[in-house]
Amino acid sequence: MAVVHSAPKFASNEGVIAELSESISIWLLSASEKHGEVIFTVQRDAIEDVLRILRDDHKYQQMMEIAGADYPDRAERFEVVYMLLSLTKNHRIMVKCSTDENTPVPTVTTLWPNAGWLEREVFDMYGVTFAGNKDLRRILTDYGFEGHPFRKDFPMTGYTELRYSEEEKRVVYEPVELPQDMRTFDFLSPWEGSDYVLPGDEKADGPPDVDKPKTTEKPADTGAGEEAEELAEEGTEAVPPNMVEVEITDEKEEGGA
Amino acid sequence: MTGGMQIEESPTTDGEVISNYTINFGPQHPAAHGVLRMVMELDGEVIERIDPHIGLLHRGTEKLIEQKTYLQALPYFDRLDYCSPLCQEHSYVLAIEKLLNLEVPERAQYLRVLFAELTRISNHMLNMGAHVLDVGAFTPNLWIMDLREDCMNFFERASGARMHSAWFRPGGVHQDVPEKLLVDIGDWLDNRFFQLFDDAMSLVIDNRIFKQRNVDIAVVSRDDAVAWGFSGPMIRAAGIPWDLRKSQPYDVYDRMEFDIPVGTNSDCYDRFMVRVQEIRESAKIIKQCIAQMPQGPIASDDGKVSPPKRGEMKQSMESLIHHFKLYTEGFHVPEGEVYVATESPKGEFGVYLVSDGSNKPYRCKIRPTAFSHLQAMDFMSKGHMLPDATAILGAIDVVFGECDR
Repeated sequence: MAVVHSAPKFASNEGVIAELSESISIWLLSASEKHGEVIFTVQRDAIEDVLRILRDDHKYQQMMEIAGADYPDRAERFEVVYMLLSLTKNHRIMVKCSTDENTPVPTVTTLWPNAGWLEREVFDMYGVTFAGNKDLRRILTDYGFEGHPFRKDFPMTGYTELRYSEEEKRVVYEPVELPQDMRTFDFLSPWEGSDYVLPGDEKADGPPDVDKPKTTEKPADTGAGEEAEELAEEGTEAVPPNMVEVEITDEKEEGGA
Repeated sequence: MTGGMQIEESPTTDGEVISNYTINFGPQHPAAHGVLRMVMELDGEVIERIDPHIGLLHRGTEKLIEQKTYLQALPYFDRLDYCSPLCQEHSYVLAIEKLLNLEVPERAQYLRVLFAELTRISNHMLNMGAHVLDVGAFTPNLWIMDLREDCMNFFERASGARMHSAWFRPGGVHQDVPEKLLVDIGDWLDNRFFQLFDDAMSLVIDNRIFKQRNVDIAVVSRDDAVAWGFSGPMIRAAGIPWDLRKSQPYDVYDRMEFDIPVGTNSDCYDRFMVRVQEIRESAKIIKQCIAQMPQGPIASDDGKVSPPKRGEMKQSMESLIHHFKLYTEGFHVPEGEVYVATESPKGEFGVYLVSDGSNKPYRCKIRPTAFSHLQAMDFMSKGHMLPDATAILGAIDVVFGECDR
């Protein structure tokens, strides 16, 4: 597909996967190029070795960012993504590994000093631990905060709220109380074949069988009731709606409205 | 300094007692440029160690974005680094466009570059004003704040809002600007801006006190600047000519002629001077944009992404449906993940966007510029005097809306 967007253009990705895959092949799980981004997925335990090789042998001097991401459906639900930048080759790649709540990821503070805070952030937000990071404190959340707020199962509203109490002359923490429910609108169109049940449709037994064409071959199939079927058997003279004779009377019914 | 002093366990030498102080710098301190708490360990007046505590302005923007459609999430980016709103939007819309592979009309690209550069000027005005104020000069701040006010007026005329413009859109910009605005911006650069700016700078640049407070403060070597993930003026002051507008051009930056100013000494003074020079380069870019800007549409013609014009909506059923769908369901973005970084006034501002093919981002990680710079605060300040901390902070150009997200 021809590239028509105007997002930042860095050096060509051509041959990058082949070249880098060779030197990290023993730890490599998969490599892909999509949307112009080169992504390597590697074994978790080898992340430090992989990044060291990329930094020292392939000139990816800067590690700009570590991003966490949560995919609750997977066996190892968290992804840790490292964004590398080469100043000399003018190229960017992403390297990622996955982990779960209990398995630590080796730290890369040994390679880049700025990894310290970035790992603290992933720990704070997702609860991913980093083995070897000597200062794995929370960083963005409040002192004494519990939980990891960016996990998909952490509610948007959180669990506690705080306010300044005039009586106690200090800030007090209280459970969240919402005067109005959180509003999340589902705008995904049901016309395009949604795979979830709309409110009120719970009693319906599954989606209609759209592949089977619906036909009305005999009067019994119309479902209009026995009386209508009998009339249909007899056959009636069709009268266009505007030709129906109506008896017009001036008298009103007694007790009528 | 706010907060109490506390004497830690002190080593004794020959009967003389030397004690290290631990003091709180912030969380409410005028020189902290927002809510930053730094726990400082001082030996007399010399800084031994700094532990910055950030997150006092954490609002969970990334989590909020996951609950919004792509378009609804855009205004959050104005509120990150509230000194340079349009540059943050730039990263975000480019990330969406990269996933969609969406073409942006030429005029919109020029407009975005023009206003990104105007944002850079307004951001640097604030930062430089605050920096000189932090080290003791009052007047220049008042003078260049006036210029920032002019920039705000231009933003207002383009978008209707002075600060939180929300003007960039995936596929272009929200509205076209009147020709008179472009004329006025050019006129302002020619006849007003540099008179005031040069006046203000003439008070600062060769000022003895300003130099005493900034030269040779927080010198960072090239290797350190690379290893600590520096970007923007911080890495350029270290002598590395690295500018994403030049090396990884986006929109029409590849058609612009401008130079990358670099420092030689990598101290706070160089960082300041890099910004001074960047403003001149920005002015050059703005003038080129005005001169080259073609007429034409300002938003993509892809009806599935950019909303129809008001007039079309009254005439065409399809446009009406598009409008309805775009403002309720929003557009869908193909599955995939991208990391798009642009040169914001403060450095590399990146957006890591993961899409699951629906109308909402699955994950939107924002790479703030201040994170790596502020993290280096400890090693940059070591051995400097306490008042130098404010100069170092000023030269980092940190804004907590962005740092804490």
